[in-house]
Amino acid sequence: MRLRVDHETTYRFDPPMRGVVQSHRLTPSVFEGQQVIDWQIDVGDAVRGAGFRDGAGDWVETISVLGPVENLTVRVTGEVETVDLGGMLKGHRERIRPAAYLRPTPATKADRTLQDLAHDTKAATGGNDPLALAHALSHAVGAAITYTPGQTEHDTTAAEALALGHGVCADHAHTLIAVALCLDIPARYVTGYLFASEEDGGHEASHAWAELYLPDLGWVGFDISNGICPDARYIRIGSGADAREASPIRGVTQGMGAEHLSARVSVNQVAQ
Amino acid sequence: MPSAFISRKNVFGLRSMGQSKTKPSFFNEMIDGGTVRAPYRGLEGWSRDMPLDLRTLKQSEAEKLFRRIGITFAVYGEGGDPDRLIPFDMFPRVFSGAEWRKLDMGVKQRARALNAFLADVYGRGEMIRSGRIPARLVYQNEAFERAVVGIRPPRGVFSHIVGVDLVRTGPDEFFVLEDNCRTPSGVSYMLENREIMMRMFPQLFRENRIAPVEGYPAALRRTLDSVAPRKCEGAPCSVILTPGHFNSAYYEHSFLADMMGIELVEAADLFVEGDFCWMRTTEGPRRVDVIYRRIDDAYLDPLCFRPDSMLGVPGLMNVYRSGGVALASAPGAGVADDKAIYTFVPEMIRFYLGEEPILNNVPTWQCAKSDDCAYVLDNLSELVVKEVHGSGGYGMLVGPRSTKDQIALFADKIRENPGNYIAQPTLALSTCPTFVEEGIAPRHVDLRPYCLVGESIELVPGGLTRVALTEGSLVVNSSQGGGVKDTWVLAE
Repeated sequence: MRLRVDHETTYRFDPPMRGVVQSHRLTPSVFEGQQVIDWQIDVGDAVRGAGFRDGAGDWVETISVLGPVENLTVRVTGEVETVDLGGMLKGHRERIRPAAYLRPTPATKADRTLQDLAHDTKAATGGNDPLALAHALSHAVGAAITYTPGQTEHDTTAAEALALGHGVCADHAHTLIAVALCLDIPARYVTGYLFASEEDGGHEASHAWAELYLPDLGWVGFDISNGICPDARYIRIGSGADAREASPIRGVTQGMGAEHLSARVSVNQVAQ
Repeated sequence: MPSAFISRKNVFGLRSMGQSKTKPSFFNEMIDGGTVRAPYRGLEGWSRDMPLDLRTLKQSEAEKLFRRIGITFAVYGEGGDPDRLIPFDMFPRVFSGAEWRKLDMGVKQRARALNAFLADVYGRGEMIRSGRIPARLVYQNEAFERAVVGIRPPRGVFSHIVGVDLVRTGPDEFFVLEDNCRTPSGVSYMLENREIMMRMFPQLFRENRIAPVEGYPAALRRTLDSVAPRKCEGAPCSVILTPGHFNSAYYEHSFLADMMGIELVEAADLFVEGDFCWMRTTEGPRRVDVIYRRIDDAYLDPLCFRPDSMLGVPGLMNVYRSGGVALASAPGAGVADDKAIYTFVPEMIRFYLGEEPILNNVPTWQCAKSDDCAYVLDNLSELVVKEVHGSGGYGMLVGPRSTKDQIALFADKIRENPGNYIAQPTLALSTCPTFVEEGIAPRHVDLRPYCLVGESIELVPGGLTRVALTEGSLVVNSSQGGGVKDTWVLAE
């Protein structure tokens, strides 16, 4: 499937900032499931720093703007050819060992309820099939947290989302990571884009899901919000231990102003 | 099985306090078997003939000098009152040239192995693949930084200043208590203690052939400059990054910057633009090539680590990771000096260097292992128990000096969270003569030499000797009544 992405993030600062520095993780991953046809990141007058591929295989770039900064627009446009690998991250080159993804962060730290959910689910599946267990955990989290926008914040933890019973894709991902870690399954947060056709009901095009590391299969994605493993409608961008670490744009501003953020994302299928 | 565990049977010939029920004997570094040992002969007459009033005078003179210099910080991040003066004891601690040669080789060997380990765990992980160290201990370690994986810093060095804490139990028996691979502090004491001794007792330095330590700042500068990144053009610009004047080691940061003739900067003085990190100067921005950072990993860069940090330089880690600047030490270097990893250092020396360790570890029991934990709980009255991530002598139990109630209380803490504790035999730390109220008396000492790793490996002949000023105390930490001494290495 060929997908076209147009993603514009605009920051407006009032009063203007003295300076802005951002770390970008905005370039599609390199693996067998997707091939970049064309990809551009436009940051206007901002100064771009040397890019590099980090240990997780993500392409990272830095931009900086010296003030006064009133506006900053980051526009990402491009086309990617995707194939359905059933969520598997085949042919992805990375140096970080899966065992380095077993430590929880504040967002993915399990409380008693999460531990119970993890162990009860494992007990119910009974078998020793890691893939079946991963699916069971995804179902359990999906059943416990109903997809409901507007109920959680960007810093809601897995434990809080589970207690609330409502959340969005970030909460689903954090919660799946938390229960996986309880069972010593390496897990991480993944960001990307999702093409949703009209009949799919049009989820947000900026998306997030979780990856679990399974013996023999490697990293496998699980998107609880849509109840599937990522297929050809997904574009994978980057990963991290949680939403904060995986964030496509991490920024620090210098100044006292208020930040107004607006984003516009579209993912469309390109007719061939 | 790591060799350190064999030592339960005491193959090191270690003098352990727990071994005998009689009064423990300690190795006195000056007087052994009724005679003065050779390295201390130059001090015998000096100490014997010093009248009490002269001693009192000199002691107050020394204190005034320290106050004037402003060297009042706590060593090793122990916290506490930053303006407190750490007591200086005028009686030097002395090593012969031959004794030092072994320490010199042993410390350098350790520094090489620790750096090889860091390059490995942030690279291919061969030692883990070979089964010589559990993956869990490394990858789940709090000090392990995923952001550093895959980075090959200039000259392959991750830890540029390695502080190795040593104790002595006999004429030829030295043990490494712990390694410090992040940013070990205290070296300014080594330099100032010497400076003050030379000012107060110049004749001692004429009568004895004492190896100089004053070359340390130049050696540190050479080390830093030698790890400038490949993108560096011309003479490298090295700086010291300090958290600021409220930090307990601020004096040391400014002292070292002065001695090296380089800038002392705070995060606000640095910024990232393009491929590089820059320093604000009155003549405009200047590119920085090497940062000797005296701030913790978590506060280096809010874009990579703690987002709430006001101390860091936004974007610094990206510049580091793309080869635009060198950081000494590398973030994540702490994974090599963790107390749980410590047990494996002798194995690192064999694995990476193909050598036998010159300096031994103190045998260590990991309470995370159930066998070890059972042994520790059965023998608490003879052991020292420490928290895996603790420092500064806090949160530890010194078995032989604790009451039954204290031991019982500590046993509960271990049972609650065994993985948080390690235990070691209570070592019979050597003593060095020390000026006390009643005259001169033996007090327990340890030693921290500072090994520099860059283009070459250098070790200045000396280090920081800490002394437990309280009679009988084995805890040398300044927060627990410890002081410092000038440390001499005699020329051969």
